[in-house]
Amino acid sequence: MTKQWLIIRPQVLPISWKSDRRVPGVLLILTLITLVAMVISVGYGEYQIAPLDVVKTLLGLPTTNGDYAFIINTLRLPRTIVAFLVGGGMAIAGTITQGITRNPLAAPGIIGVNAGATLAAVTLLVLLPNAPISLLPFAAFVGALTVALLIYLLAWQEGSSPVRLILVGIGFNLIAGALTNLMITFGEINNVSQALVWLAGSVYGRGWSQVLALIPWIGIFGAIAFYLARELNTLNLGDEVARGLGSRVEWQRGLLLLTSVALAGSSVATAGAVGFVGLMAPHIGRQLVGASHEGLLPVAAMMGGMLVVCADLLGRVMFAPLELPCGIITAVVGAPYFVYLLIKNR
Amino acid sequence: MNQNRFFHHRLETKQLTLAYDGAPVVQNLNLGIPTGKITVLVGANGCGKSTLLRGLARLLKPKSGMVYLDGKAIFQLNAKTVAKKLGMLPQSPTAPEGLTVQDLVAMGRYPYQNWLQQWSSEDEQKVKEALEITNMTELADRALDNLSGGQRQRAWIAMVLAQDTDLLLLDEPTTFLDLSHQVELLDLLYELHEQQGKTIVMILHDLNLSCRYADYLVAVQQGKIYTTGTPEQVMTEEMVRDVFNLECRIVPDPLADTPMCIPMGRKVKLSSSWGDKPPKTFS
Repeated sequence: MTKQWLIIRPQVLPISWKSDRRVPGVLLILTLITLVAMVISVGYGEYQIAPLDVVKTLLGLPTTNGDYAFIINTLRLPRTIVAFLVGGGMAIAGTITQGITRNPLAAPGIIGVNAGATLAAVTLLVLLPNAPISLLPFAAFVGALTVALLIYLLAWQEGSSPVRLILVGIGFNLIAGALTNLMITFGEINNVSQALVWLAGSVYGRGWSQVLALIPWIGIFGAIAFYLARELNTLNLGDEVARGLGSRVEWQRGLLLLTSVALAGSSVATAGAVGFVGLMAPHIGRQLVGASHEGLLPVAAMMGGMLVVCADLLGRVMFAPLELPCGIITAVVGAPYFVYLLIKNR
Repeated sequence: MNQNRFFHHRLETKQLTLAYDGAPVVQNLNLGIPTGKITVLVGANGCGKSTLLRGLARLLKPKSGMVYLDGKAIFQLNAKTVAKKLGMLPQSPTAPEGLTVQDLVAMGRYPYQNWLQQWSSEDEQKVKEALEITNMTELADRALDNLSGGQRQRAWIAMVLAQDTDLLLLDEPTTFLDLSHQVELLDLLYELHEQQGKTIVMILHDLNLSCRYADYLVAVQQGKIYTTGTPEQVMTEEMVRDVFNLECRIVPDPLADTPMCIPMGRKVKLSSSWGDKPPKTFS
């Protein structure tokens, strides 16, 4: 019966672990695709650099052109790393949200978390145009957290039911969306155009400071998510079964919701709303390695990273020299996928 | 004497009142679950038997009174400690899309696991046994959504079995199953009780199957216990009239000799007015 699982259980250590046996293979393939896309992405631009030279430069080997190191390491590499981190963060956030709501259509974008982050950021851009740009991520995070807490408080009564969570979330999505529109309609035109670029979701012009600001968020909360993988498994069976198995349902769900908000908020803060990644990545991951979260979380994270890296690359290549924000590409792919999921779930 | 009583009822309620949104559903209920027996709760729809079962499984906090497990107040015990002694299967549970039987059954081991020990040899052994007992080994790699109702229910039973508890609480384990699968599932539970001495508490709607499989029958009426005892003691025409608001005849089950309830209804009364006909024989 173990043919479906990969089991790690060393004789000498008191540890044991299992996951779907397809996980290592799938992770390896996704990592390879991501790395190839990153190398192409870094090499592509007004100043083309051959993939081999990109790899050499990244490894610190000497190349024919002395400018490569500056172009790659300073200008282009941080952008693609931000794309990867943002994708991974949104994918983990989406996997958690789908798990705790038991709703395959749920994602931070759907329960209003991303909308809250966007509203806070747009408000800052429109109302306080002179505020330092470094405040933007904080505003977005506070917005995401506020909406999430409000959703949870309002959906709490007699133990928070999954359906209630979704419905309240959709309500907040609409409210936050309406307020964002209000800001854009009445805001001063120059400030608004700056906000609109950010709204589309883009990794344009992101540098090392953004990478360094994002890494602790994704690192810490990603680790917490992996740590809580089994809790997510039990919650996914429904409150009553989870409680019957001895899970402290409200506490675990609260912790997971906070983790999801931190990942989604920090990602939106860095790149704007790159839509549908949190919805798509867990679904594709489930098709590849099944529904158990020990394997699903890392696979979905890698899948999300890959999606955004590829979306960023495509956005620059397709209509060159025009550049499409990666959020547009993920929306073009994600919206039909969402419709497909809706039809399939009917 | 008290000690004796204590072992006889590992799970019991004292003055238990359970409520939804303030409205009491179960009131001042004292019930002891006989250890090592099959107890079946019967009662009309909405009489509170499901609520009572949820209360016994500490899924519902009592408004007043208490549920005791091995003499200790169940809400003061650690959740995982309780989960090692008492397994609960709610009515028609749903699994996430794409989850395999094996993945589901493995989750029954949750109370025994921690972050370092996520899959011990014992976990593996118990899951293997649970799959064998429920005859699900062949289907272990299949996704739950691709199984028939009977197979899916066996998979859920296997999950609670992997939990390895002496006490099993099951809320209508036979819903949505056809008659042959109902009997198959009840036989499986009966064998578990016979071979492993498990204490089983379940809600069933079919009174005749309840009488055949129960050692102890609890008739619940409007949040209170109407009567308890062996099927012979409990299953009377008077009880069915009071609890189910139904006229009936109780005759011995021709195969098992347990009480069998033949409902009356308007149609029978009508046709009996046509005069006495010779009794039909079925062969």
